[in-house]
Amino acid sequence: MSTLVISDLHVDVLTEEGPKPILKGVNLTVRPGEIHAIMGPNGSGKSTLAYAIAGHPKYKITGGSATLDGVELTELTVDERARAGLFLAMQYPVEVPGVSVANFLRTAKTALDGEAPKVRTWVKDVEGALQRMQLDKSFSGRSVNEGFSGGEKKRHEIAQLELLNPKAAILDETDSGLDIDALKIVSEGVNHYSAQGDRAVVLITHYTRILRYIDPTFVHVFVDGRIVAEGGRELAEKLEDEGYEAYVKAAANA
Amino acid sequence: MTADLTTTLTDAAPNVAGAIETIESHLHPEPSFDVAKHPMPTGREEIWRFSPIKALKPLLAEGDALGGLDWDGEFPEGVEMHEIGADEARERSVLPPVDRVAAIAAQRTGRAMHMTVAAEAVIDEPIVFTGTGTGQHAAETLVVDFGRHSRATLVIHFQGSAQYAAKYDFRVADGAEVNLVYVNDWDDKAVHGGQISVEVGRDARVRTIHASLGGKALRVAERAHFSGPGGEIEQFGIYFVEGGQHIEHRMFVDHNAPHTKSNVDYRGALQGEGAHSVWIGDVLIRKVALQIETYESNKNLVLTDGCQADSVPNLEIETGEIAGAGHSSTTGRFDDNQLFYLMSRGIPEDEARRLVVHGFFNDIIRRIGVPAIEEKLLAQVERELELVSGTTPAGALA
Repeated sequence: MSTLVISDLHVDVLTEEGPKPILKGVNLTVRPGEIHAIMGPNGSGKSTLAYAIAGHPKYKITGGSATLDGVELTELTVDERARAGLFLAMQYPVEVPGVSVANFLRTAKTALDGEAPKVRTWVKDVEGALQRMQLDKSFSGRSVNEGFSGGEKKRHEIAQLELLNPKAAILDETDSGLDIDALKIVSEGVNHYSAQGDRAVVLITHYTRILRYIDPTFVHVFVDGRIVAEGGRELAEKLEDEGYEAYVKAAANA
Repeated sequence: MTADLTTTLTDAAPNVAGAIETIESHLHPEPSFDVAKHPMPTGREEIWRFSPIKALKPLLAEGDALGGLDWDGEFPEGVEMHEIGADEARERSVLPPVDRVAAIAAQRTGRAMHMTVAAEAVIDEPIVFTGTGTGQHAAETLVVDFGRHSRATLVIHFQGSAQYAAKYDFRVADGAEVNLVYVNDWDDKAVHGGQISVEVGRDARVRTIHASLGGKALRVAERAHFSGPGGEIEQFGIYFVEGGQHIEHRMFVDHNAPHTKSNVDYRGALQGEGAHSVWIGDVLIRKVALQIETYESNKNLVLTDGCQADSVPNLEIETGEIAGAGHSSTTGRFDDNQLFYLMSRGIPEDEARRLVVHGFFNDIIRRIGVPAIEEKLLAQVERELELVSGTTPAGALA
């Protein structure tokens, strides 16, 4: 059973002009089997939340904590966080030239499990995961994300989600830039993962569109580095109609 | 103030003109066998400003004819080698010397050699020549003619130590498919300079791979041009530069025929105090060269402090009707985003670095197609990684 608890998280982004505070006290508890949608305008700090929890060197946690099943993530290196069960599907997956998808996945799986996956079943597993994301099996021989279209990169992230099967997943704008068919494919992957019942999902998105295919347990409105409102999927519908303006104004006046 | 400005402008004008001329002569050095046309460099010339003149001194000096390296190799059927005279070597050359080292190589060659690959010969096994230096001062001239529609892979493998000036010319006739692999696997004291010129025939396809692993100083000018439309040349290179080493690849692709293609991709890793790499990537697209396509790329991975990587791509375009032309150059340490991506999947940092460095070079190594050379280079990648991270190789990553 996997619970992700974020408490009073403060994060600076490191820029050339010095550190700049982005997250100003984020509180969020994601219990096993729950899907939490985090919605907010551009620049509100949604992606910072994702990268900071995963441990990207550009972000510095200045206060608060993030735990997964009681393990303090903020004290761990990036790879240790992943081995503690955290997964981040990135908004802009990185190209790694010359490293094949197959080699990358096998190396990651080996690192996560502490032993190499069984050759016979693993190859089938990889092919199956790619196939469910409608990626041709030839992708396993291609360099990681190199020359992939935007949609292929996102589907490759979700194929990894299935294969690596982490305890908790943060999906950072996985829906951005997807056409409707790709969106459905990706949503099916997320639903399939969540349906295991004991996994925690944080779904960061700018648009309500993906919530037609993924049913969130809770919806949070994220503005100016913190969560300012929460509710069920009716909140997403309200945001669809009214936008973030009222929340942005309220935050500015606070 | 006005008077000052005028003075400045007047003074500046000749300098500007001089600078423009320098750039033109840089892209179009006038090739010549006449050593006098290539004066002794001072190090301030555009084509010499990155080069260690002192280390290259023996290759710049005029003098008596010199011997060659100790060569070993076998000739398959359809391949022949003959000695030719100096005059014939000049006549058969693809391009006269473009710098003093190449001019000296031609002048001081004792025995010029001419190799031929018969028209329509298809030679599946790589032709491998190994040239060993035993400390000698050497100068060599080699002209190779690949016949029409022939297909061959020629590997030239240098080892040992020498002060070696060389001029190699490869003429690839119409429709031929040729792979040229040069492996500079010299000992630490070796000094090697010269020129490799390739003429690509109509619809011919040439791929060159240049691997530079050792030597004190290496400076090679690689020239390519076309003798008809539709030809294609791909040039790949990898180099590993350690402390105190100088490795310089000077590329020039002359698109002098329409519908021709070129692609140049050189990658290097540098480590240790005083490690210096130079890559010049010149491309000229002449007026006649309509609908050509070219791309030049150089990437340098700087693994420690105290290294210097000079990388200068130049693109000169004289026609507007091209299919594509571009270049890129990057020099840096590890890409933090690549490491983050791999580590975010649970891969420890050491292993993530290994993957990135392997990936960086594998892209080139896997194109060589000569397993023994590929293994040698992969082993070298391993050694580089050991020196950097102090970790032991993990065979599982290959």
